[in-house]
Amino acid sequence: MIIQDRMTVTSQQQIAHNIFEMKLNGKLVGEITSPGQFVHIRVSDSFEPLLRRPISIASIDQDAGEMTIIYRAEGRGTTILSQRRAGDEVDVLGPLGNGFPVEETATGETAILIGGGIGVPPLYELSKQLTAKGVKCTHVLGFQSKDAVFYEEEFSKLGETHIVTVDGSRGTAGFVTTVMEELGNEFSTYYSCGPMPMLEAIEKMYAGKKGFLSFEQRMGCGIGACFACVCQTTEGSEKAYIKVCSDGPVFPAGVVAI
Amino acid sequence: MNRLSIELPGLSLKNPIMPASGCFGFGKEYGQLYDLSLLGAIMIKSTTLEMRLGNPTPRVAETASGMLNAIGLQNPGLKGVLEGELPWLEQFDVPIIANVAGTETADYVEVAKMISQAPNVKALELNISCPNVKCGGITFGTDPEIAKELTRAVKEVSSVPVYVKLSPNVTTIVEIAQAVEAGGADGITMINTLIGMRLDQKTGRPVIANGTGGLSGPAVKPVAIRMVYEVSKAVNIPIIGMGGVTEVADIIDFMSAGASAVAVGTANFVNPFVCPQIIEQLPAKLDELGINHISELIGRSHRL
Repeated sequence: MIIQDRMTVTSQQQIAHNIFEMKLNGKLVGEITSPGQFVHIRVSDSFEPLLRRPISIASIDQDAGEMTIIYRAEGRGTTILSQRRAGDEVDVLGPLGNGFPVEETATGETAILIGGGIGVPPLYELSKQLTAKGVKCTHVLGFQSKDAVFYEEEFSKLGETHIVTVDGSRGTAGFVTTVMEELGNEFSTYYSCGPMPMLEAIEKMYAGKKGFLSFEQRMGCGIGACFACVCQTTEGSEKAYIKVCSDGPVFPAGVVAI
Repeated sequence: MNRLSIELPGLSLKNPIMPASGCFGFGKEYGQLYDLSLLGAIMIKSTTLEMRLGNPTPRVAETASGMLNAIGLQNPGLKGVLEGELPWLEQFDVPIIANVAGTETADYVEVAKMISQAPNVKALELNISCPNVKCGGITFGTDPEIAKELTRAVKEVSSVPVYVKLSPNVTTIVEIAQAVEAGGADGITMINTLIGMRLDQKTGRPVIANGTGGLSGPAVKPVAIRMVYEVSKAVNIPIIGMGGVTEVADIIDFMSAGASAVAVGTANFVNPFVCPQIIEQLPAKLDELGINHISELIGRSHRL
């Protein structure tokens, strides 16, 4: 169920260039049903900035009632959010959207998780849940440069992890596809989150494979009412259009016209 | 006695608070968050004769204390609304105001005729003010003669009272208001969004794919208040006011300016519970102002 919760910030730290990791405690955590869901955060109680900010959930700890979000402080809203400190309260609406289907990969099978930049965070909880049920996960994580890399160690603990940077300052030089070519097609499922050109390249390279992609779009309400974040679907899809916030953000490969 | 009840043509409102068209879909999303029967009414999203897919994205951009949108009247079409949306809303004890849009008079007439016969539709809101579609919409709302004729044509076929939604993007809004009153409108809803534009700092190009968008949110409230004030002095039909409402104090302002009821738009996106919260806070606000019944607020600004 979607709830509005005043969550307590339990920690906030910068983990890479402009990248912040924030931990939040509250009853909303108990409502989260799948990795890849997101929350809609009001960064201040005033109407400036006006709209909420959609941010994906990176990790969940149900026992502690705590979730981790990782976001880039780039615009006005996320910069304000990055100034919140432990003990502060934040107005959070969520959990929103449909996440990655963990059940689509069976125990003993292999999954490849591909993330780009600020698309990496939701893959962490996904990998935790997949590996917990006995799925072998391989991670391919792309960043601009070495100072933008985060969670390399965390992902490495869960499975084979390849870091790619555009400028080659860390790991393989190039794009995630550079590593994907070497890894080949011997896996059951792929899961991905990142910028549109990356999703497009992945869908092309893995044509015919079972995959799930998480999309991003400018949002208004976050719950499906305002029709701001729609995407065109491919021919033959059930619906003529889909809403990223409430129908997605995760869709099976081939549904969204990229 | 219900201190919040308001009687308007076609509408027995248990309170004068309702979500504005385009900011509440067809209710389903908010219906999972609270009981929609709490609302005074619901203004559902614009319905056109045929299904519309709307404009390309990006469709929204944030601005100072506001936002621009250019959704482009995306909706499932008359048949989709009659079969897939309105029946679901029948479970709630709440009158529906159906927003009607079109490209030409014949579209408006056809949609108005059919949708006004739905059992829970108690009034129509004629959208002659959408700034985000190329044909129709605002073109009907900026020429007094065309606005009057369209109102007349819709009135002839509608089974329920007709409210006309006015655009603020005109030189003299009073002229349009008087024209739709002469055309037989039972009420006025105002204001729709103000046409605006935001540019991308890096590219210099408009952020919204449509180029321009409609400005809404707290930034537009003073414009809306001024217009409700002017129009309410010039017409004898009731006004449902809207534009930048976010809290209970705004309800007091709109009603004082001359509105008989108030719609909440963009604030639903920021705080999905804003409508029931305002309704809950209204009695205490009336106490604070020493007002017995909310109707006493209507047009206070005009009294000497």
